[in-house]
Amino acid sequence: MVAIIGVLALQGDFTRHEEMLRSLGYKVRAVRYPTELEDLAGLIIPGGESTTISKQLDAGGLREGILALSRTRPVMGTCAGLILMARMSSDTRVNSLSLLDVAVSRNGWGRQVHSFTTSITMQANRHQDTIPAVFIRAPRIEDVGPEVEVLARIGDEPVLVRQGFHLGATFHPELTQNALVHELFLSALPI
Amino acid sequence: MAVEKGSFEVKVGLAEMLKGGVIMDVTTAEQAKIAEDAGAVAVMALERIPADIRKDGGIARMSNPEIIRAIQKAVSIPVMAKCRIGHFAEAQILEALEVDFIDESEVLTPADEENHIYKHDFKVPFVCGARDLGEALRRVGEGAALIRTKGEAGSGNIVEAVRHMRSIQSAIHGLTVLDRTQLMADSKQLGAPFTLVEQVAKIGKLPVPNFSAGGIATPADAALMMQLGAQAVFVGSGIFKSEDPAARAQAIVEATTYYNDPEKLAHISAGLKAAMRGLDMSEIPPEERLQERGW
Repeated sequence: MVAIIGVLALQGDFTRHEEMLRSLGYKVRAVRYPTELEDLAGLIIPGGESTTISKQLDAGGLREGILALSRTRPVMGTCAGLILMARMSSDTRVNSLSLLDVAVSRNGWGRQVHSFTTSITMQANRHQDTIPAVFIRAPRIEDVGPEVEVLARIGDEPVLVRQGFHLGATFHPELTQNALVHELFLSALPI
Repeated sequence: MAVEKGSFEVKVGLAEMLKGGVIMDVTTAEQAKIAEDAGAVAVMALERIPADIRKDGGIARMSNPEIIRAIQKAVSIPVMAKCRIGHFAEAQILEALEVDFIDESEVLTPADEENHIYKHDFKVPFVCGARDLGEALRRVGEGAALIRTKGEAGSGNIVEAVRHMRSIQSAIHGLTVLDRTQLMADSKQLGAPFTLVEQVAKIGKLPVPNFSAGGIATPADAALMMQLGAQAVFVGSGIFKSEDPAARAQAIVEATTYYNDPEKLAHISAGLKAAMRGLDMSEIPPEERLQERGW
């Protein structure tokens, strides 16, 4: 049986993740209903507006299903997806899933005129790679818990983190042609 | 490590993040909060919504910066604002205010009857309206990072938005089946840059995201535009001219996600109070049609 990777498709750039996964030879399912979480090998929470996705996630009754899935399957979040995976914060506009022990500040780099592209060095599984990174009104990771590995930084700041088999990026690997972050996520799939 | 801001990639990146969402027109901080609470992906900060601009007449200009600042302060989602067609000084001011997207909009009174703004000069991304493929590609050529079908703003009537979306989609489809040697003639006919025509023929879609605007008043309208190929919707007068803005806003947000699910749409649409009254196109004389503005 071919592994099916789910991409949460409530709002955001989920089609970009779907395209990336298909280009790597995976079967993909856009997830909008709780039943669509069944049989997934892993789940990606895409970029978009975290407030919108948070509300839709609860309105659509997906929270419990994602939490259950996360106990045995890897979940990756990019930008808004990372915000949804982070610790609960004082910002009541986003009701996060607390899958990663990190504290984030939304739009930490400022408004869109401060959005940027750069290249970062990713260190994981004994490999070191330089990858392009697109930051769009990106969050900043302000604190990481003891269980969290930092896989890439800008200066001192973590921009890519891993806890167990869950991954979170403050940038958008799905907006580039470089698949290394997705491949890292897929390498954690149960075989 | 080089850091690049304001690139076309970063501009289109924000448009990508808005996909599957609803951008709502608001005129006060209170309305902006209602929009954010309902799940809007962004708000458009205006002094007057299109239905009132249409009613009041006179010259419609960029919003007062104080209104924009108050709205930026009130919400955490992106804040857009409109400038007049060709009015690059208004656009410079909006960029200085750090709005997240500038809409060079036909809803305001045009400042230049021949030229649009050269949008590559700016760090902030632009969205522009279009009625057909040629107009869409001229705007992309000038640097627009996002296209929206114009529809007829402030009408509450979906017919023009449908016309424009169908026109763009069928023209794109037409290009994909043409022989390569025919593309230059088509480019000439469309009045669009050849390289962009060539790109559309190859990828079968616009080079930037394509949203819908101008006449969306109900959850069903949003679902219709999404099914016709829009990747997100702008709702102008439809929300705050209705009798129940908060409930309607939330319903349109849900309809934009579940646009392919009639049962869910029936559930979402039930219980809403009256939508905005709306205008038949025969009630809007040709010289008052906002969609005619833009070149």
